[in-house]
Order: sequence, then structure tokens, then C-alpha cells
Amino acid sequence: MGKAFSKPEALTDNYTHYCPGCTHGIVHRLVAEAIDELGIRENTVGIAPVGCAVMIYDYINCDFQEAAHGRAPAMATGIKRVRPDLMVFTYQGDGDLASIGMGEIIHAANRGEKITVIFINNAIYGMTGGQMAPTTMPGQRATTAPAGRDTAQTGMPIRMANLMSEIVTPGYVTRQAVLKPQMVNKCKKAIKKAFQYQMDNTCFSFVEVVSTCPTNWGMTPINALKWAEETLLPYYELGDYKTPEDA
Amino acid sequence: MAKVLMKGNEAIGEAAIRAGCLNYFAYPITPQSEVAEYLSKRLPEVGGVFLQGESEVAVGYMLFGASGAGERVMTTSSSPGISLMSEAISYIAGAECPAVFVNIMRGGPGLGGILPSQGDYFQATKGGGHGDYHLLVLAPDGVQEAVEMTMQAFGLAEKYRNPVMVMGDGMIGQMMEPVEFPDDLKTEPTNKDDWASNGMSTRKSKKKNLVKSLFLDPAELNQHNLNLKAKYEQMKKEDVQYELYNADGDYQILIASYGTMSRVCRTAIDMLKAEGIEAAMFRPKTLFPFPEKQVHDAALKETCKCVISIEMSMGQMVEDVQRCVMGKKPVEFYGECGGEIPSPEKIMEIVKELIG
Repeated sequence: MGKAFSKPEALTDNYTHYCPGCTHGIVHRLVAEAIDELGIRENTVGIAPVGCAVMIYDYINCDFQEAAHGRAPAMATGIKRVRPDLMVFTYQGDGDLASIGMGEIIHAANRGEKITVIFINNAIYGMTGGQMAPTTMPGQRATTAPAGRDTAQTGMPIRMANLMSEIVTPGYVTRQAVLKPQMVNKCKKAIKKAFQYQMDNTCFSFVEVVSTCPTNWGMTPINALKWAEETLLPYYELGDYKTPEDA
Repeated sequence: MAKVLMKGNEAIGEAAIRAGCLNYFAYPITPQSEVAEYLSKRLPEVGGVFLQGESEVAVGYMLFGASGAGERVMTTSSSPGISLMSEAISYIAGAECPAVFVNIMRGGPGLGGILPSQGDYFQATKGGGHGDYHLLVLAPDGVQEAVEMTMQAFGLAEKYRNPVMVMGDGMIGQMMEPVEFPDDLKTEPTNKDDWASNGMSTRKSKKKNLVKSLFLDPAELNQHNLNLKAKYEQMKKEDVQYELYNADGDYQILIASYGTMSRVCRTAIDMLKAEGIEAAMFRPKTLFPFPEKQVHDAALKETCKCVISIEMSMGQMVEDVQRCVMGKKPVEFYGECGGEIPSPEKIMEIVKELIG
């Protein structure tokens, strides 16, 4: 009988520092599988964010650069423009991408940079300890919103994939989730497609992944998955928001 | 090569190309936007990369990305823009990447004005961004030197794997002078395969390269900073540049001055000489590393009664002059800013007053 399951070459042997039930590990693996399947590992440069995934370079085995908070799309632009032969991807959280880095992500997408962006939306700041993010749900508690997010003061959660789909420049924008095995499989396809568009020099690609943060949500891993499905998914609807074929 | 008449900003753009830098990212700001305008036309002609970023913040990181991937890269900006880039400059210094930043200074603080100033001396030499780092800072006194220093900057940036700043002012950016582009200042790019994140396939080891500035282990971060400090000490030993003017005779006063201001001081010194008054000038061409011993020794000349730092600021370089002279001679200051440039007559008047 053949080997049915193995670790992608693009994943290192290191143990991750992520909390139990955190979905970063799943998305790391999906990115690594996509890199392996496309055979691009030795020609890829990743941009690590500021946030829980800052040490992604310890887990994914390709060249990396480490950005300042929110600036990954600008760094990716710098690399891709001077070395268009390299495959360049950023991996960013919601504080990084949707708050401090809003300018950089919008303009990279609008210029149609041929880069791939993996955007982890878990509705909270993880690494700094559970502060309110632009993606935090109305009423959701955070350490800087102890009574729950007050939308009269802080506005409604930002739906990045919806926002990005309004950009006229052709691109691939999708929202996926990793809350159930079927979702993980779909997400994998989307991530691979996003890299494929870059390989083919087609367009900018953006994969939002609805994820969990049991630690900062104050939930067990199981309850976190349930809460995400019941609370996040109705607001953050899954699916492709834009494809280059639309243009 | 024959000299051509060029505006400072355009000459800086051309100098980058002649030095082998074909990558330029920038955001418009007066009084240096002509660099971007010039390169938006020239770089595509030579197969280079020109990109106008969405902000100086983003441009700083475009430089970080490009230099981290091992390519020669430059940006130009002016004072408020350099403030915005200072975050990236700190990261680039921390991650030990070479990159060239040109600051065509204008008046500050805040929006300040758009006329020439030297108000960014502290920002350039003492920090700007956070953390223990230094830029190597070159200060040209005209268009020709702006060309030469821009060309030198790339080699120096690669020698130290550290960002280098060429710091001119609005006068140097806007004025036209005859220039030539010396071929011998062009350096070959160093091989960066042992550290740059330019794809594992480029290197035999197939080991991944990581360009980063995060060191969570305190001992590791301390060692990292010691390594950076060793580079700054090496700059002080190997790459100090300065000029002494009219310093062979028995001068009564030493004028410390750099950049555009030194041009006016030079004229004042010549005019004083015609009246029988000997004044010398100490002109740092590198603001960091500062020519510490050279200003100290020049100040200690027996006939020299005092030193005066004359700047288009409210008194910034004077602190370095005082530090180096160590109280052995009086150190005075005169400055104007906001676009006002002290005239030769004004400098003569001040000198005469000081030496009685």
C-alpha cells in the first residue's frame, strides 16, 4: 500500500508556538502544500507579518523577510518589482492587514501587484492579547472593549474581501474558512489557485481565511469553532468575491 | 567625459543609474519631485524599475523588500517624507540591508516650508527611527558632489550592509551646475546570496535566507546590537570624509559648516582674506561618521581663538563640534533657517565681532 499522507517539504520539523485550537497551523500547512504541489519552494519569498504569525519563517521552509506591522504588501511590492521571477506571498492577520496596513493592502491590490496575500481573520488581536480588531463582531468582548464592541463608537466590522472586490483592477479575491474539513479542502484549493494566478502572472490574489482564536475569545477549541460558524460566517460570507475572469 | 549642465535633482537621478542602481521607488514632495519625474522617464529606457508608491511609509518598505531581495535600490524625499520613512529605515538598519535614501532638506518642523534648510541633522545623524542604529550620512556642497556621493553611496551601503543617506538641501536640488559622472565611482554590486532572500534556488547550500530584525532572546539582541556597533566603529575608522579650507595659514577662527552653507562660508573666507583676516573652514562631508579628530585638531591650532558652527538650522551640528573640541576652545553658533541663508557679509560681520 502506498503512502497516503505525509508532511509537505515546505513545512519544517519545528513545533509551532500556536495555542491549542488555533487555526494558524492548518493554514500554514495549506500554504506549504500549495507551494509543494506547484514546485515553487526554492523560488518563493514569504513576508512574515507582525502578529502571532511573525515566526512563520520557523515553520515554512522557504526564504522570508520580516515586515513591520501592516507593511507586508509594500515589501512584497518591492521584491516582486525588482525580481518578477520570484513568487512572493504575504501572510497577515486582521490587525496587521485591516487596521494599520489598510493603505498598503488596498494600493498593492489596486496596482495589481502579482503577489499572493493570505489574510487570517480571527476577529481579534492575538499576539498582543485580545484587543479589539477592525474585524471584531458587534458586542464581542475584547480587552480594549470590555463591555463588547460598541459599533456606535467603533463602527461595524470591516469585511476585507467585500472591500477588496470593489477594486476595479482585475484580481482574485476570495473568502474561505478552516472550521470544518470540507472548508479546509475548499480553502486549500483557493490558496493553490491564488498562487497559480501569480505563477501565470495573471493578477493580484487575496485569500481571506475565517479562523479561530480560542485563547483570546476565552473559549475551548470546540466552542471556538462553533462560535465562529454561528457568529462569524453569517457576517463574513464565504465564496469567491472576484476573479480575473470577471474583468 | 564632457560636463553637462543639470539641475541637482535630475543629476542625482542620473547618478543612481550611472552607479548601477536601476530600482527607484518614491513619493512626490517638494523640493525634490524632479528626481522622480526624471527617473520615471529614464529608468524604463535602461530597463529599470520605477514605481510611485502610495506614501513615504510604503516607499520605505518597498526599499526594504527590494534591498532584502539583494537588489540595488534608492529613494529620494524631503524632510517630512523622511520622517515617514524613518520607521522603515530603522527596520532596514536592524535587518542589515543596503539601501540609499536621499534627503533634499526643507524647513521644519511639521510642514515647515519648501525652501532649503539643514534642520534634519539630528534626524539623520542621531536616529530618526527607533533603536540603536546609525546611517552613514554624506553631505554634498553642490551638484557635482551630490552626483559623486550618490554614486559612492551604493558601494558604501553594500560594504556595511547598512542604509546610507545623501543629505542635500533644496538649494542643491533646485540649482543647475555643470556636472560630470565619473565612471570610476561605479562599483560592482556585491554578491548577496549568503544573506538576501532572493530564492533558495540561487544558492548551492539550499538553505533558506531570512531577512529580519526580531531577536526575542535578550542575549541575542544584545549581540546583534554589538555587531551593529562594530560596523559604526568601522565607519569611523575607514570612511570619514571632510575638507579643510584655507587651513594652512595662521587662522584666527575656524568655521564649521557643511552643504550649501559651506559655499557661502567659503566666499566669506575669501572676502575676509582680502581684508587681511585669516579664517579657516572645517567641512564634514560625512556627517556620520563625524570627522571628530579632524575638527578637534583644527580647533587646537595655536592662532585659532575660537570655533563657530554656521548652519541653516537653529543649532544642530554645533553639538557635535562642541563634543569634539571638548571645551579646549570656545565654540560659538550662528544659524538662520526656514529658507533664509546667512549672507557672506553677515558671516564676515560675525567673524570680525568674534575675533575682535
